[in-house]
Amino acid sequence: MKARWLPNPALTLMLAILWLLLNNTLSFGQFLLGLFLGWAIPLLVRGFLVEVPRIRKPLQLCVFSLKVLFDIVVANVHVAKLVLGPKKNLRPAFIEVPMAIENEFVLSTLTSIISLTPGTVSACLSEDRQMLMVHALDVPDVDALIADVKRNYEAPLLEIFECSPT
Amino acid sequence: MLAYVIPFCMAVLGLAAVLNVVRLVQGPDMPDRVLALDTLYINALALIVLFGIWLASDLFFEAALLIAVMGFVSTVAVGKHLLHGDIID
Amino acid sequence: MPFWIEVLVSVFLIIGSLFALIGAIGLYRLPDFYTRLHGPTKATTLGVGGIVIASMIFFSSQNDGLSLHELLITLFLFLTAPVSAHMLAKAAMQQKLPAVEQTRGQPWD
Repeated sequence: MKARWLPNPALTLMLAILWLLLNNTLSFGQFLLGLFLGWAIPLLVRGFLVEVPRIRKPLQLCVFSLKVLFDIVVANVHVAKLVLGPKKNLRPAFIEVPMAIENEFVLSTLTSIISLTPGTVSACLSEDRQMLMVHALDVPDVDALIADVKRNYEAPLLEIFECSPT
Repeated sequence: MLAYVIPFCMAVLGLAAVLNVVRLVQGPDMPDRVLALDTLYINALALIVLFGIWLASDLFFEAALLIAVMGFVSTVAVGKHLLHGDIID
Repeated sequence: MPFWIEVLVSVFLIIGSLFALIGAIGLYRLPDFYTRLHGPTKATTLGVGGIVIASMIFFSSQNDGLSLHELLITLFLFLTAPVSAHMLAKAAMQQKLPAVEQTRGQPWD
């Protein structure tokens, strides 16, 4: 049961840390002010907040974030080669990737990760949230890319967050 | 060493901005131009952070953050205009 | 400032600005809108990322204490870049912009 006056403690703490980062300080006074803002802002924007599912494996979340960062760097170098290379080597494709995630927050995390790794952009989500249209810059094998997305990003997200697959 | 590297990086980023402007002017369709503007503000942001290092001044951080926020909002506003024909629905 | 910090800052600056340039080159020369969309994601992620890391190292060595607030820029761009890319892709698909001919698959309408 969530307390009425503190609906979202994790968000409060996160906003306080963001406030400290914004001010580039560690002083106690600013931390208190950050805590106050972190308490007041979620109350004010209550209507717009999306419910975040409980994180089941925090440690795995850290490992996963690092892996995503690493993937971004690797894919960047790969795409840089493609961009500078001859144009006829490109094999762009629109790919339909079936989605197994139902939760709004986790789904938008997944589409953001797909867009952030260079080489793939999530272009459109079908109305029933079953299919994601992905445009990729260079695909040798369509099925391999779908399997890649499912194995590298979707499965870990399903494991980390407490949400039911469809 | 930084006295040489920073002007070099500024030149590189300036070249990138010029390429964006070329795409902005000749882009055949509306989304192309919006995309070019989007990239242009990100380049401007990088240039401002670079300028902050050049002057060794912390003040430019706020400017960069504001450009990031404003650029995102304007891209989304124009994108919504392209999609629906209006911005607020 | 110690010499090795200067070298580190320079390396990150050069990596960042080169990736921003490559993103702009992609925007300039790739054949159709959907492929051009891949340029800016690169400029935001590694381009600004590299310069921001350089700035963090520089200001941390200049003043006493860590200077981490530049991280906020990267964080913000990482959160917003996919949203704008998604929105522009949707707008392009709605306007039925032509894709280059070797593209496999069809965009929805």
